Amino acid sequence: MMGRTIFIDPGRCIGCQACVSACRECDSHRGKSMIHLDYTDEGRSVASLPTVCMHCEDPVAPCAEVCPADAILVTADGVVQQADTTRCIGCANCVNACPFGVPKIDLQAKLQMKCNLCYDRTAYGLAPMCATVCPTGALFYGTVEELQAERPGVQVADTFVFGETEVRTGVAMVVPADKVQWPVPGGLPVVEINGKDVRR
Amino acid sequence: MTADPRAADRRTHLSLDPSLAPPGTRGFRDAGGIPADQWHADQNGETLVPTHCCFCGVQCGMYLRVDRGGKVFGVEPRNHDINRMRLCPKGINAYQQVNHPDRLTAPLMRRSRDEEFREVSWDEALDFTVSEIKRIQQAHGNDAFGLLGGASLFSEKTYLVGKFARVALKSRHVDYNGRLCMVSAAGANKLAFGIDRAGNPFSDILLTDCLLIAGSNVGECFPVMTQYVWGARDRGASLIVIDPRETAIARTADIHVALKPGTDSAFFNSVLHVVIEEGLTDESYLAAHATGWAEVRAKAAEYPPSRAAGICGVPAEQIVQVARAFARAPRAMAWHARGIEHHSQGVENCLSVINLCTATGHIGRPGAGYGTITGQGNGQGGREHGQKSDLLPGGRSIMNEEHRRQICEIWGIEESELPPAGTSMMEMVWQMQRREIRGLIGICNNPFVSLPNYKVVKEGYDATEFHAQFDFFLSETAANAHVVFPVTTWAEDDGVMANAEARVVKHNKAQDPPPGVRTDTWVMCELARRLGAGDKFAFADSRAVFDELRVASAGTVNDYYGITYERLEETGGIAWPCPSTDHPGTPRLFEDGKTYHPDGKIHMQVVEWHPPMDPYDDEHPMSLTTGRTVAHFLSGNQTRRLGALVEQTPRPWAELHPSHGFRNGEPVRVVTRRGSEVFPALVTEAIRPDTVFIPYHWPVPTSANALTIDALDPRSKIPEYKVCACRIEHAEKIDEVPAPPVAPGHVAYPETQVSRTDPLPPTAPQGRGTSERS
Repeated sequence: MMGRTIFIDPGRCIGCQACVSACRECDSHRGKSMIHLDYTDEGRSVASLPTVCMHCEDPVAPCAEVCPADAILVTADGVVQQADTTRCIGCANCVNACPFGVPKIDLQAKLQMKCNLCYDRTAYGLAPMCATVCPTGALFYGTVEELQAERPGVQVADTFVFGETEVRTGVAMVVPADKVQWPVPGGLPVVEINGKDVRR
Repeated sequence: MTADPRAADRRTHLSLDPSLAPPGTRGFRDAGGIPADQWHADQNGETLVPTHCCFCGVQCGMYLRVDRGGKVFGVEPRNHDINRMRLCPKGINAYQQVNHPDRLTAPLMRRSRDEEFREVSWDEALDFTVSEIKRIQQAHGNDAFGLLGGASLFSEKTYLVGKFARVALKSRHVDYNGRLCMVSAAGANKLAFGIDRAGNPFSDILLTDCLLIAGSNVGECFPVMTQYVWGARDRGASLIVIDPRETAIARTADIHVALKPGTDSAFFNSVLHVVIEEGLTDESYLAAHATGWAEVRAKAAEYPPSRAAGICGVPAEQIVQVARAFARAPRAMAWHARGIEHHSQGVENCLSVINLCTATGHIGRPGAGYGTITGQGNGQGGREHGQKSDLLPGGRSIMNEEHRRQICEIWGIEESELPPAGTSMMEMVWQMQRREIRGLIGICNNPFVSLPNYKVVKEGYDATEFHAQFDFFLSETAANAHVVFPVTTWAEDDGVMANAEARVVKHNKAQDPPPGVRTDTWVMCELARRLGAGDKFAFADSRAVFDELRVASAGTVNDYYGITYERLEETGGIAWPCPSTDHPGTPRLFEDGKTYHPDGKIHMQVVEWHPPMDPYDDEHPMSLTTGRTVAHFLSGNQTRRLGALVEQTPRPWAELHPSHGFRNGEPVRVVTRRGSEVFPALVTEAIRPDTVFIPYHWPVPTSANALTIDALDPRSKIPEYKVCACRIEHAEKIDEVPAPPVAPGHVAYPETQVSRTDPLPPTAPQGRGTSERS
């Protein structure tokens, strides 16, 4: 896990979308938000959580690995940058490769859009815009020790399993302390495509 | 560790534990603390102006980003004590108002409502206004002209509103839209404690062991306050939420009491009943610090949980649980907001909460006390200095001879010239309907959206012979006026506001107003001059007004005398009372066990529950309740023009339980005794089956306030927005949200047109997951 990173705590999210608005204010992608808000229990509860880029570490950024134009760069400190505007061809390979459903394609601009951990701010020692403004701390920026000092007993996970594939990420999730599983199931395995069982 | 070297000095001005910071904020530093040559923005010639948000009563600190040309173009989080960099989506987008294409930049005028507005010179607009004031007052008396102010104005301007009405207009009829906000809490606090403000600062929430939140959707209405709530939870505090809906805060509560709207005082009386029955009262505290306990105790005996459960529609066991959790906690706090205050028994509801805090001894200690959360930025400060119909500066009573004499001396007028108390905002509209008030100036308010019973409001305004509005956008109400004065936004003037903690903070001017725009202060002073009272309104700027305000408040409970602009900039905010320039302010009340009544005691008041004013019957069996969404502010005049916020929540909806058989997005007609409107249904289990919720930020034909009742609390005169009887029906077609009005020659800003005609927002309305999308 990176030294300072974002921790996502869905238990604290109030769904206000301050993170979405704040992301629009970032100088590197002004006017476009790289975060979306998901409702996890629609129709029954107001539960929600912000989705940001998880900055995958191992395997290193599937989005970057599949990019045919080598547009997605990973910095030495593990930040997966958004696609280089001079290289991106808008093919959406990254969208299909991301297990967390993060990158979006701006079809008009033929560009991939995703969170770059506010590199323009973190490079100057500021926290990313989303985690800075999050009114509830559902997005926390710092080290795991800082988080645990603030919230005694908090459990975090940075390894997620999709079917048989494990993904270790630079961004971590807060998980319920009494129900901690390791690795955290990140999604159901693909069992069927077009009505055909693909497990065999 | 903060980057601001002055931070250590700041703490000396507050009697609070300096380590009290909400979780997750201690490591933060803001861009303002980074040396100019080390932050990229400054390399572009950008400056950061420290100020506060213009919206709710939390008053988050923020920087406005100002470009080389002196124009506001962005926002940057600020490490201020109140919010520690946190901002909600309204705060983040607020700066977009400042140079918005919808801004009014020249006075608009028309001689009759049949004509179109035309842009005129300031002289023409001011002369016409003054001639109409004189004509109406000569024909029908001074009281035939009224003034309605606003609680989003800086305190200096609210002071001027009160002075302008009484000294320049010589009219008794002045009130303000804070009347629609927290006057019930103010009335209750005044009755019980002799002081009208919250008892504790926000940071005390971090110290409590049991936090009770009644009628407040904190997550949407005061999102930044949530960090204090979660901070208390981190320490192990229990959370009790009283709300008919399962809001984001209620979702995580230890006890969520989803009570039927309009039954709060029955519930709190019953909680007190259990506290007494179980011997959990603090008798020694009561004996030393309270009066009226015997009567309150006797009344509580009439509300056993078995009875209250029937009234409130909640299990009796929950009442017992709440009583035990609150009373047994070493330190407990109660915070409430419009949910219990917007009622025809709003004052009683607040008093019933105060009775509970008093009986359990949870008053006046770190982590123990009460508070009300103000909806408007200056909801607290807006009434402290004479804008309310019955108050003079410093919270003095206009009925009190001594108080009148003191203010007349400061204002340099004879006591006989000072008018008596006027009527409340809604009552003024009724008077307009009856043509008792024939002329009106409105400043910073939009009653066409924000007052209940729209039909009556429209009739009242239409009946006026002359109507002028001060605003920076053409609100729905301004569109009805004869004259509209284009005035400044909060970023174009200096001034102070008092937040929900009664902490006075300073807003700083970040840019010059656009050409053609004047400050509200300038317009009021200029009108006063033309009305012949110029010598009483010779104020060059906000500072001059503030200095008079300080003197006018000296020696009162609401004492601002020791607060100066310099001290505010140095300290980041001072809570009143602050009687001298070396006084640190009073963040927490009653630490010495004394209230502001002459006997120093808490005056407990007997509370009797009575049903809401709009009775249920077979035709109207359900409760309609209204409230806010996180993306919009009050009447929406400011936020319905900002693209990101419109995109987040483009339209209202009727939120109802799945048991009614509606599908998500299906048209549902909500019918009350005032009218009916059609909204898309938002079907969720997170609301009581007998209740419908509609957010109120939009105008007709999508206005919740076309349906709400204009019944008032007899003491606070606050309307009963939070409950009226209704029924729901299937409908054919959903009403479209009208675009906000714009001045002639302007076109509706395209970014605000996003999704306006869609049946449902592109994302689920904030805070409410939908069961399906259509």
